[in-house]
Amino acid sequence: MKYPSQQVAKPYFIAALALFVGQIVFGLIAGLQYLHGTFLFPELPFDVAHMSHTNLLIVWLLMAFMGAAYFIVPEEAQTELYSPRLALVTFWVFLIAAALTIVAYLFVPYAQLAAITGNAALPTMGRGYLEQPLPTKIGIVLVALSLLFNVTMTLIKGRKTSINLILVGSLWGLALLFLPAFYFPHDTVKASFGWWWIVHGWVEGDWELILGALLGFILIKMTGVDREIVEKWLYIIVAMTLISGIIGIGHHYYYTGAPSYWIWLGSIFSALEPIPFILLIVFSFKMLMQRRREHPNKAAMLWALGTPVMAFLGAGLWGFMITLAPAQYYIHGTNFTAAHGHLAFFGAYAMVSLAIISYAMPLLRGRTANSAAAQRWEMAGFWIMVFSMIGITLALTGAGIVTVFLQRAADDPMGFMQAQDKARVFFWVREFAGVAFFIGLLVYLRSFFIAGEYEYADEMKQALAA
Amino acid sequence: MQQVFTKAMARNIFLGGAVFFLAIYLLLSYDTWQRIPERDHADKMTPAVLRGKYLLDTNDCIGCHTINGEGAYFAPELGNVYKRRGPEFIKAWIQSQPSGVPGRRQMPNFHFTGNQLDDLVAYLQWLSNIDTNNWPPNIQG
Repeated sequence: MKYPSQQVAKPYFIAALALFVGQIVFGLIAGLQYLHGTFLFPELPFDVAHMSHTNLLIVWLLMAFMGAAYFIVPEEAQTELYSPRLALVTFWVFLIAAALTIVAYLFVPYAQLAAITGNAALPTMGRGYLEQPLPTKIGIVLVALSLLFNVTMTLIKGRKTSINLILVGSLWGLALLFLPAFYFPHDTVKASFGWWWIVHGWVEGDWELILGALLGFILIKMTGVDREIVEKWLYIIVAMTLISGIIGIGHHYYYTGAPSYWIWLGSIFSALEPIPFILLIVFSFKMLMQRRREHPNKAAMLWALGTPVMAFLGAGLWGFMITLAPAQYYIHGTNFTAAHGHLAFFGAYAMVSLAIISYAMPLLRGRTANSAAAQRWEMAGFWIMVFSMIGITLALTGAGIVTVFLQRAADDPMGFMQAQDKARVFFWVREFAGVAFFIGLLVYLRSFFIAGEYEYADEMKQALAA
Repeated sequence: MQQVFTKAMARNIFLGGAVFFLAIYLLLSYDTWQRIPERDHADKMTPAVLRGKYLLDTNDCIGCHTINGEGAYFAPELGNVYKRRGPEFIKAWIQSQPSGVPGRRQMPNFHFTGNQLDDLVAYLQWLSNIDTNNWPPNIQG
């Protein structure tokens, strides 16, 4: 760490991990309710567990992205952050608003929450991922404005690297793409069409730019490869993201009331959407091969290389399997989509967040890398979480296929709940894999509590002895 | 190779590609916007339909159900439920929840009035007539 003001990233990263734990707890509850529907009912209905699970996901990823921005932008700009105090105040506002929102979900019935927060005046509630009451949404905008002001001012007074331009630019994109959350047309087809501006715009567009910038930064720092090479790769990758992904939004418009031409446009362009992820893998491993130094933080390198691989599997491969219109005709709205959602969110955005945390946290704690023992715990957590998430994905894919063959493509189609009952074994596998994931997360978190830093001399002695 | 293809060229492909495809998307969206009212019979969105929609949104129905495949996958599709079950069944079903059957997935009771149930059914009926390119594949949703 080169600039003291980068320290403000630390509370963001810690809060991100705490909210991540909360996300998994609600996921385990919701997963169990698939199997035992009366579990925690009526105190915690499924929809509340579900929205807590998804909203905590979004909030912890945003926390991690913000922490990453406050860490990376000053270092790339080679100057102190414009206002560390503003960043710290913003952190508390965001954390308290997020916590209050989850508490409100848990203790206030949703219709009542809508009534007391002025939803009737400007309806925004009741859409996936955007369940937050109006005050929370306004809070998100204020937090975003504070972040944008701070990082943009820092960028203006400092060095303008391509990584910083892509990162700050995509943070502007993130904020702008949230604004349609305040526009909820009466017409359900229009509402769905516009909802994807936010959801697709974030996860299949703008956030991929953030991912690229974070990964590029980590790889420059860890491999010592020439910045020019890394940044050229980055531009090609993000170019392919937008060239394929903007019209690729059409794969959300096949069966939701939009005109039929989206069936062709969406299929063609979204078939290209795996390309940036393939490029990301090639890029990352090429940088590894061309590395000019051996960075002692092996755990961060593992996250940085794991991210493009898992992102390709989740976003690229699982996304491709459900994206072509004839396949989606049967798969749309099944747990196959949830399988894709889980592996893509984890493989791309959770993992890149954990990668930057893995790289930055030791520096924020005053060391180049954690002790070898701590890194072993962290890497064990990596492998347990990665394989558990693959287990969750395969289980949900199985459940989706059951629905496809019994409910969607059958000569004598079964009803929804009947088909769900036939998929019970897959929901059990998902739940066990979920518990394993939670154990992996605890193993990962354990690594933060192992004291000491990386000792070159010890490692060298061990290496020579072996 | 590295001299032939520079970082500036890569950046220009990125910026040019983004602007070009965004412009195309905006044109297509404008066209879609014009066509949607015909495909979903927007003229049939009566005040009852709008009230029903508001009830559906503010009770987080898509936190368990799907509408045209979008939402959560815990409970059945609502886009065609009007055609699958009919108005009287839907009202009776909503009123009889939760079933309390041990272990079975539970739907809360929302304490809707008779008028609210009529509004909900009006909205579900409107939903069931949207042209969704023949999705879902069958009545089971």
